[in-house]
Amino acid sequence: MSMQEFLHMGGYGFYVWTSYGLWALVMVLNLYFSRAREKNIYRKLKQRIQ
Amino acid sequence: MTSLFLGTLQRDLKLAFRRRSELANPLVFFVVVITLFPFAFGANAELIQLLSAGMIWIAALLASTLSLDGMFRSDYEDGCLDDLILASSPLGLLVLAKILSHWLINGIPLIIVSVLAGLLLSLSADTVLALCVTLLIGTPVLSLLGAITVALTVGLRNAGMLLSLILLPLYMPVLIFSVVAVDNARAGLPYTAELYFLAGILVLALTLCPLATAAAIRVRMS
Amino acid sequence: MYKWIHQFGSPKYFYDVSFRVSFWCGVVCVIFLLAGLYGGLVLAPADYQQGDSFRIIYIHVPSAWMSMFVYMVMAVSGGISLIWRIKVNEVIARSAAPLGASFTFLALATGSLWGKPMWGAWWVWDARLTSELILLFLYLGYMALVSAFEDRRTGARAGAILALVGVVNIPIIHYSVEWWNTLHQGPTVTKFSSPSIHTSMLIPLLLMWIGFMCYFFSVLMIRARAEILEYEANASWVRDLVNQSAKRRSI
Repeated sequence: MSMQEFLHMGGYGFYVWTSYGLWALVMVLNLYFSRAREKNIYRKLKQRIQ
Repeated sequence: MTSLFLGTLQRDLKLAFRRRSELANPLVFFVVVITLFPFAFGANAELIQLLSAGMIWIAALLASTLSLDGMFRSDYEDGCLDDLILASSPLGLLVLAKILSHWLINGIPLIIVSVLAGLLLSLSADTVLALCVTLLIGTPVLSLLGAITVALTVGLRNAGMLLSLILLPLYMPVLIFSVVAVDNARAGLPYTAELYFLAGILVLALTLCPLATAAAIRVRMS
Repeated sequence: MYKWIHQFGSPKYFYDVSFRVSFWCGVVCVIFLLAGLYGGLVLAPADYQQGDSFRIIYIHVPSAWMSMFVYMVMAVSGGISLIWRIKVNEVIARSAAPLGASFTFLALATGSLWGKPMWGAWWVWDARLTSELILLFLYLGYMALVSAFEDRRTGARAGAILALVGVVNIPIIHYSVEWWNTLHQGPTVTKFSSPSIHTSMLIPLLLMWIGFMCYFFSVLMIRARAEILEYEANASWVRDLVNQSAKRRSI
């Protein structure tokens, strides 16, 4: 199977890759914001305590 | 226990009748929303009749959401909710009295006005009957579900907005079964199945909602 | 068992354990997602009816499962926090909500992207999609309620009651929507229900599902950890932790 064929997805490329892209985006953003929040809270605590 | 139940009921009814003008507001709102629909969809009698069940029910949902706003507010502000918790009777029972009074004050007039609305939209007698029956079974559910949500949101900054955001999705089953029942009546079909569903929902709500409301009040007042 | 529950209920113990849980769940998540993606996008043959568009199920179906699972986690954890007043459970319930909402959003968005080539429309009032939409509203209502309280603990406990009300309501809502749907559209055979699914299609689905689960628990732990620091900002163990942070692992 060639790369082109793989990306084309039998004519459904747009729907399949938009779905997977959206999914990846949501997963990464969730992780990113959760980590950012954790770091943020930790930093604030540090400032307050020290 | 019964006397405390009746006492709470009586007190709430008395308080409500002292503020008669406030009582009428949700009803006026109900009628105004219904009169808006023909302007939105055109005065085509056939089309309006087709949409009538949904229109009246959506107006009823919105009106009851509006009226719920005041259910616990004065009690919350003057500290009566604390007294309710400390009363010797089970809190769920007292809450049920408050819900019943809310329904008597808001639900019953809504049903009466809906007959008028039915005439306004020139519905047949059978359809109006079905409408009244669904409202009779459905509006207590609205009050019961509403009581939980009001207990959770009372006194918060944007309580009104939160209330409708949380409540309207929960109203979905009542809306579906009621509207289908009225539509069936309009088409001359039997609608007992829908009424049974509505009655089942009412029984479930009647058993669980007072307890959940009591729990919500305890959380809010702790 | 009881001792373990009791230990897990202590914020400090939970905080320490959460690092291990989030790390290992993250590792397992990456492995299973990569395997699932390879199986789903490359190995599985195209569906004879739907062509390659069926590959969307590998994210649509796990998202839909997760959207309900997370709600259950939220409600059960909320229920425990109401009965035993365990802080950790409050934190887990409120941390799960945004994750559940994003899974619900994914299920809706991918369902819509799948529906477009299958039904020819972005949105169809299909019973499952509609129920999923209402589930999203329930999540949003929960999040709005919890964040409206100044006091975190009251907010979490109010949210717990709402989540439990939702759990009783979800089956009724789902049933009524399904009933309404069959009435208005006739018994349409939804493309989402496939009675017999081929093994080569099923295995990637299960792999993806495990990956989703591990992802959820991994991120849940990160979120809960952050919340618990905020909850316990005045506790001595948090102060010790922050003071020792120079020596300990850097976050």
